[in-house]
Amino acid sequence: MWSWVALTAIGPDYFDVDSLLTEEERAVRQMVHDFVAAEVMPTVGEDWLKGRFPIELVRKMGGLGLFGPTLPEEYGGAGISQVAYGMIMQELERGDSGLRSFASVQSGLAMHAIYRYGTEEQRRTYLPRMAKGELIGCFGLTEPDAGSDPGTMRTRCRRVGDHWVLNGEKRWITSSPIADVMVIWALDEEEKVRGFIAPKGTKGLSAPAIETKISMRYSATGDIVLEDVELPEELRLPEAKSLAAPLTCLTQARFGIAFGAVGAAMDCFNEALDYAQNRIAFHKPIAQTQLMQQALVDMLSLTTRSQLMALRLGQLKQEDRFNYTQVSLAKRDNVRAALQTARMARELLGGNGITTEYRAMRHMANLESVDTYEGTYEIHTLIVGRDITGLNALG
Amino acid sequence: MQVVVLVKQVADTAARIKLADGKQDIDRQSASLIVNPYDEMAIEEALRIKEKHGATVWAVTLGEAKAEEALRTALAMGVDEAARVSAPASDALTVARALAQAVREISADIVIAGRSAADDEQGQVGTLVATLLDWPHVTEVTKLEISGSEGVAEREVEGGVEILDFSLPVVVTTQEGLNTPRYASLPGIMKAKRKEIRQIALGEDVVGQPVLAVRSLELPPPRGQGRILTDLDPAQAAKEIVRILHEEAKLI
Repeated sequence: MWSWVALTAIGPDYFDVDSLLTEEERAVRQMVHDFVAAEVMPTVGEDWLKGRFPIELVRKMGGLGLFGPTLPEEYGGAGISQVAYGMIMQELERGDSGLRSFASVQSGLAMHAIYRYGTEEQRRTYLPRMAKGELIGCFGLTEPDAGSDPGTMRTRCRRVGDHWVLNGEKRWITSSPIADVMVIWALDEEEKVRGFIAPKGTKGLSAPAIETKISMRYSATGDIVLEDVELPEELRLPEAKSLAAPLTCLTQARFGIAFGAVGAAMDCFNEALDYAQNRIAFHKPIAQTQLMQQALVDMLSLTTRSQLMALRLGQLKQEDRFNYTQVSLAKRDNVRAALQTARMARELLGGNGITTEYRAMRHMANLESVDTYEGTYEIHTLIVGRDITGLNALG
Repeated sequence: MQVVVLVKQVADTAARIKLADGKQDIDRQSASLIVNPYDEMAIEEALRIKEKHGATVWAVTLGEAKAEEALRTALAMGVDEAARVSAPASDALTVARALAQAVREISADIVIAGRSAADDEQGQVGTLVATLLDWPHVTEVTKLEISGSEGVAEREVEGGVEILDFSLPVVVTTQEGLNTPRYASLPGIMKAKRKEIRQIALGEDVVGQPVLAVRSLELPPPRGQGRILTDLDPAQAAKEIVRILHEEAKLI
């Protein structure tokens, strides 16, 4: 007889989603779960408060094969399934959204851009080293005045002889202060979006950190400033010919977020359930009150629905018959569900809930960012709205 | 050189367990199962021997088909070969007879086992295998060095360290402090999936009759509610706590 209680160490798994995974997917999930439990959980609260990204974990994660794992082996990948990739994201975000963001940007954005739009030489130069965590990547699309409408970007590229000159400014770039390889998107003189690989240390290229965040403090976030940055033609991504290129990369990263959010929600639920069963008020566990049971069941319900939607999305992607609008719905719903779950968990934990000794408020603060980045909740609503009505209300 | 690691699949020590009907075993269907943590140390130590001296590392388990998950984990960590033994074995002696036969069939030079399994904590199998093979045996090893056909093992004893010399073949069991097991890697997991697991089927002629039978298992009683003394000054409270410990709990 199956019991969901036995699975809470890694769950919750109220609908036995576990049995829908392959043995390999379960093994991947268990490995990342164990890694996060041992290497992240003991110190994440303190590091988050300090605003410190755990740079020492990057090579360890690379050694385990966590970056670009769906890519072919010749580029440092392991050719794992889309659901297995999702399980990596789920378990990393059970630790912290900032850690999952790092992995999303490394795999889904930077490596994916080079794999999909780069030359064979660019792939062989960068991907194996990025897979090992020897090179950190970032993805420069968003600007101070171009967020939901990336097509209005102001960063410009101009061809001069056999090289390109880039000028502009990017903002809210995950990992930019620590990146060795920056994928930069810019408009050329014909208003076409082009992509470049800008190595750290290139003259005129800098990436100051944004220090005032009260969210995602376990992640390095910054600007990218480009002042007459000269890049040779060999560092342009030749297959990227329009805005569709960076948007395709975003779909890849959003897919991972739909799974990651489930991990954050699971961690909040587990913490809240444990707390409610052990916290005594009025001479009984607070879990024995109707209000707390409703909160816990609502959290479980939100989490279970997200889990099922993420899994189905992963299956569709594996069969290569998914649509970016489905990714939008899953990102929108699962992140909002995780945010609501984290808020309820924080409330249930009372005063203890506001410290980093517990996890709920850290997740909650992080998820405020996740709800906004990679397409806001509202933008995804309008993407799906356009799809089902056939009418465009986006701008 | 052939190094054999004896692996047991046990219930996840972090999860709650239930007893099976009849109370003679835990409910393995509902339990989340992992590789016994001491056996993970054995796997790690075998992999280090391989990396230093070159060796073929085997993971061997006895159990139903589900126990192959533990072998896949070992393969994903870097073990070269895996074998599952199926035999009518139920107690430590019959299990040890079956495993000793597998060790003979593989022609092992070194056998490493966990000091005990996290489920029944009997700690008999490694020692029984050594006895059945009539090999040197070092229990609860915290450091292991192999050179050629000789080896040195350290064990912690009361107030110090015992250092033992032995020659191969040998059976050792692991103790905390020996090493920190590595994680399986993604490429390892993918390779493990494709690896064929050798099947060794043994009968009663090899394992004999069990000499122990589990009558029943009991879960520990649920933890009672704590008691809070109120309206007492510190001196009175201390006196009352001593009285409770002496008269009610009978601890002092």
